[in-house]
Amino acid sequence: MEEFEEIIPERAPDEPELPEGQPETPAEDSIADRVRIISPTRLVLKRFFRSKLSIVGLCMFLFLLLFSFLGPLFVPWSETEVDRTGGETVYNILPVEVKVGDEKFTVYTVEVYTPTINVHADPFTYSHEGENSRLHLFGTDENGRDTFVRLMYGGRMSMMLSFLVVLIYTLIGVVLGGLAGYFGKWVDMIIMRIVDILNCIPSLPILLIVGAILDGAGVDQSVRIYYMLGFLALLSWTGIARLVRGQILFLREQEYIVAAEALGMSPMRKIFHHLVPNVMPQLIVSMTLGLGSIILYEASLSFLGLGVPISMASWGQMVQRATQNTEILQYYTMEWLPAGILIVLAVLSFNFIGDGLRDALDPKMKR
Amino acid sequence: MVKYIVKRVLYSALILLIVSMLLYLLVRCLPIDYVENKFLAQTNAGQISPEELNRIKALYGLEDSSFWGICRGYWKWLTAVFHGDLGTSFKYNMPVTEAISRHMWVSFGIALAAFILQYAISIPLGIKAATNQYGVVDYVTTVFAMIGISFPSFFIAILLIKVFSIDLGWFPMQGLQDANFTGTGIELLFNQLWHIILPMLAITIVSIGGLMRHTRTNTLEVLNQDYIRTARAKGLSERTVIYKHVFRNTMVPIVTMMAGVIPSLFGGMMILEQVFSLPGIGQMAYGALKEGDIPFIMGYNMFIAILTVIGTLLSDITYMIVDPRIKITK
Repeated sequence: MEEFEEIIPERAPDEPELPEGQPETPAEDSIADRVRIISPTRLVLKRFFRSKLSIVGLCMFLFLLLFSFLGPLFVPWSETEVDRTGGETVYNILPVEVKVGDEKFTVYTVEVYTPTINVHADPFTYSHEGENSRLHLFGTDENGRDTFVRLMYGGRMSMMLSFLVVLIYTLIGVVLGGLAGYFGKWVDMIIMRIVDILNCIPSLPILLIVGAILDGAGVDQSVRIYYMLGFLALLSWTGIARLVRGQILFLREQEYIVAAEALGMSPMRKIFHHLVPNVMPQLIVSMTLGLGSIILYEASLSFLGLGVPISMASWGQMVQRATQNTEILQYYTMEWLPAGILIVLAVLSFNFIGDGLRDALDPKMKR
Repeated sequence: MVKYIVKRVLYSALILLIVSMLLYLLVRCLPIDYVENKFLAQTNAGQISPEELNRIKALYGLEDSSFWGICRGYWKWLTAVFHGDLGTSFKYNMPVTEAISRHMWVSFGIALAAFILQYAISIPLGIKAATNQYGVVDYVTTVFAMIGISFPSFFIAILLIKVFSIDLGWFPMQGLQDANFTGTGIELLFNQLWHIILPMLAITIVSIGGLMRHTRTNTLEVLNQDYIRTARAKGLSERTVIYKHVFRNTMVPIVTMMAGVIPSLFGGMMILEQVFSLPGIGQMAYGALKEGDIPFIMGYNMFIAILTVIGTLLSDITYMIVDPRIKITK
């Protein structure tokens, strides 16, 4: 055992190439020393990082991750905190003409009004707390909550939900697709019929119905979105199942599976140890792209008022307020535009990464 | 071929049947009761007794919410459907078929315009990107396509409204025609065209990227084929190679994709119609869903399901017609 450990590092293909002309490599050594051996993982990584778009995507993703998970530590506001320090004092000067006898006077009445809640504060303004005023980087919304910090919490929500949903439906898809592809016959028949049925069901109307049913069942608004996205996961595994099934139908005929058969392996072991790992490249790609589409879905649901309750933050809901209130749309751009841009950035980063991975994992790629 | 199609149609009918069962079960679980809400004032005033209310519900098979009651209601709905009757919408006060067919064309017109625009832009661009793989054109189109796909439809709609109708004032904000517009004929048509430009743009922007990427991938695949090398080897100009040999073969999967968009052409856009307040079928469905208008919800969802089935069927059939290499197994 100990011997092995000593030998393996020397022969490991991951070992970086020795600098040329090193004294300990004799010139008459075989071709293996002059040819650089790269493990498949490193090859994929190398290809991935060669594409500028995938690097951009990765950077955007890391930025969003840090922004939404570490960001709130550096902002003096919290998600639901209302700035009650009062807004800008408004002075309204109202001229009134008064006639006294033949003379005309103009009387100016000054209306002084200070709102208790700092609503629609402009970007880069401070709360009115005297000494320790806190900055509203992007201003506040119509309820006096800090927009910037809500962007971060909205990001947490979107990211966490999309990862969860994609994980769930990929699991379902892999298991069902694997079973269908491996066993064929009636198992395949039943699973693929379910796929066909689910494909015919329009998902947005169904989610609206499910949302209403959940409301009727008295489910708390703050957890409703989890149930709804869980339901979405139950509807969306079909693509993955098809992909896995197709691949496994092809791989089943390969020699190494015949060998596994000859060794008397159990079907479960064959499917999940030998077949599924070979589908991984395509799976990873479609998962990354799926993350983006789930973020869009979550945003759409929030937009239709089926997302998180109003007190909690979500990107989709922040944009939605602009459609309900033309005033916000027209005058308070900073309250909805950043949220929309962040949705686009998040989806875009997943699309870039997914696209880069697809190219990197494709063995037919020449470049 | 005929045998295959017949088999597929029968099979689709079975799927639709199961889909309708699932939908009906879900819809009946809706906690919103349109009939009760509608007659709430009268029931509270004592003008309508609960028995009468139940009789009204019984007309639609909605009187019993137990499992067997739902099954009976479903049977009632199904037999009516086989007689060509999708029921009468509570909210819109007309037969569901009429409500759908009357408002479908608004959605269809906008979607069709967007669809044509999208194909006209994305196919040439996709081919261009593929022939200049890793060139400037390729990168620029890829980046823009990706950005387009990443936009939520409502956000792009709001942005368009903000920029083009609020700030610049070029286009109207919402609606299908001016509120007090009385013109007819050509004038009406132009007024409506004026109003659908923004929704059309919104649809095009969010869906153009997918089609373009698809065209690009297909073109790249065709470019690697042996017959393209042969065409080049025999000295054909690059123009002829691209526009005659590559283009035709690229079109095969794209033509079949056209059939697949049928549901989105007719089915309406729930969110965009909401933002632009267009009187299309998507908005009607949203309203019906909000108020628990069971006949309309069922009708609309089945309409989409049928369109999806037809779309898949047609795209499979066109695939076989366009590409004679495909053979039917079994």
